[in-house]
Amino acid sequence: MGKIIAKNLDFYYKDFQALKNINLEISEKKITAIIGPSGCGKSTLLRCFNRMNDLIEGIRLEGEILIDGVNIYRDDSDLLFLRKKVGMVFQRPNPFALSIYENIAFGLKIHNMAKRKEIPKIVEDCLNSVHLLDEVRDRLNTSALKLSLEQKQRLCIARTLAVKPEVILMDEPCSALDPLATLKIEELMQELRKDYTIVIVTHNMQQAARVSDETGFMLLGELVEFGKTQDIFTRPGDKRTEDYITGRFG
Amino acid sequence: MNLKKIREFIIERLIFLGGMASIIFVILIFAFLLKEGLPFFRIYPLKDFLGGRFWYPISEPVQFGIKPLILGSLIVTGGAILIVVPLGLATAIFIAEIARGKTKEILKCSIEFLETTPSVVIGFIGLVVLAPFIRKVFSLPTGLTALCGSIMLAIMSTPTVVSIMEDAITAVPKVYKEAALAIGATHWQTIWRVILPAASSGIMAAVMLGIGRCIGETMVVLMVTGNAAVIPKTLLQPVRTLTATIASEMGEVVQGSEHYFALFALGIILFSLSFIVNLIADFFIHKGVK
Ligand SMILES: Nc1ncnc2c1ncn2[C@@H]1O[C@H](COP(=O)(O)OP(=O)(O)OP(=O)(O)O)[C@@H](O)[C@H]1O
Ligand SMILES: [Mg+2]
Repeated sequence: MGKIIAKNLDFYYKDFQALKNINLEISEKKITAIIGPSGCGKSTLLRCFNRMNDLIEGIRLEGEILIDGVNIYRDDSDLLFLRKKVGMVFQRPNPFALSIYENIAFGLKIHNMAKRKEIPKIVEDCLNSVHLLDEVRDRLNTSALKLSLEQKQRLCIARTLAVKPEVILMDEPCSALDPLATLKIEELMQELRKDYTIVIVTHNMQQAARVSDETGFMLLGELVEFGKTQDIFTRPGDKRTEDYITGRFG
Repeated sequence: MNLKKIREFIIERLIFLGGMASIIFVILIFAFLLKEGLPFFRIYPLKDFLGGRFWYPISEPVQFGIKPLILGSLIVTGGAILIVVPLGLATAIFIAEIARGKTKEILKCSIEFLETTPSVVIGFIGLVVLAPFIRKVFSLPTGLTALCGSIMLAIMSTPTVVSIMEDAITAVPKVYKEAALAIGATHWQTIWRVILPAASSGIMAAVMLGIGRCIGETMVVLMVTGNAAVIPKTLLQPVRTLTATIASEMGEVVQGSEHYFALFALGIILFSLSFIVNLIADFFIHKGVK
């Protein structure tokens, strides 16, 4: 059974329907890419998985999203617990205006996940798992805003890892980065894949082809096609998918 | 074409002059204060002025010790800040982060209304409502005390403090909030641990500008603090501030007398105080921009 399952998912911003009858199954400990032209609803879909859309007024959702078999939109579902379990990395790196150390410690503190004495060790481990520790070891207490963009994005990933999520949602995590930095983040994703279920939204088809195991192609709020990345890119089943990946529109 | 250029040139110059005018005014005011105030120290030692414990401008012999006046200003301002900062911060957080729709509009409106309330009205309310209340509660001979001044000043500086704090909180990029919520923080944890630290320099600027507003305020303190030039020991006794001294004595003083110059010397002190406070506020504002 998939880690995340969407069933007959419709999503509305007020009267505008942004997602139309989405059905998909995201496998555990794999990287799933969502591709499609601008405005097709990729971010909207991603933000349904951790209920970040709840922050927007006038939204409406029909259908179900199951994570580990449980409908996350059930009335009694614990939003804070959901967001701890399903982490998110954003398009523009957005570390808090705190020190590097505090950025990581934040999640540990709000979820009471560690004793005070254990926090420094966990912070180091998290930074280490995104290969940032060696670069910042001597300035953990300086502002995170002074890091380079790529370092900031890795810090944001580390911040997400700190609360021990099971799923990591990434919304165009590399679109603010240069090619070299992009490559580094992609390498990191490959390492994280062993332990986490990753869903990445990307504009960049090469990136989807490079990093993902499975790919979904969206168009105008519909999930046109979903399957093994290799299949989608070598023999797409739908004419529209083929047009998109061969660059004929979008 | 040429005409256009000339017009452009004239407009630019006018705007430049407008901008310069405020700087020139500040310099002129300070120069005037120095010119009228500095001669005082030729006839009265600076040490006695700053360190003297008594302000007896018309007794014999005269004494111009400003210690009670400075401490009066500081205690009233300090009390006001202790009240207005927590209340103002709470209000600013409520307006920026929690209130929605009508509630928010009404709140913002009433704070703007408070901003435009003449200080004499606020002083009047302090005089007839708060002072008797304080007198009764603490069984004092008079309710016209530093505490009364502090409370009224706190009310008066609320709009300044709240609006700057609210701006600072609102200016925190939304992505910080999103990031915090996405890790599973509650709204309050997000405000306390992420938004307020990010807004801290703006909040400090608001505090400093609030202090500046309180130190400089005249009418309210003149009306409600009792105006006794004694060194204050508690908030529950009458005090007299720098501003109230100048305002109440300037009317009767003989021009060119020692007392006249002494009041200008007070003006120099007051001007310097608010200048420093504003400078610190400015420091925080620019720190926030970076
Ligand atoms: N808060 C909102 N209110 C109303 N409509 C919205 C809102 N957010 C997005 N939309 C609309 O929903 C549709 C899908 O938006 P979404 O951001 O999910 O697209 P996307 O595929 O992520 O696009 P991009 O590649 O540009 O990020 C768009 O037409 C967009 O205009
Ligand atoms: Mg998007």
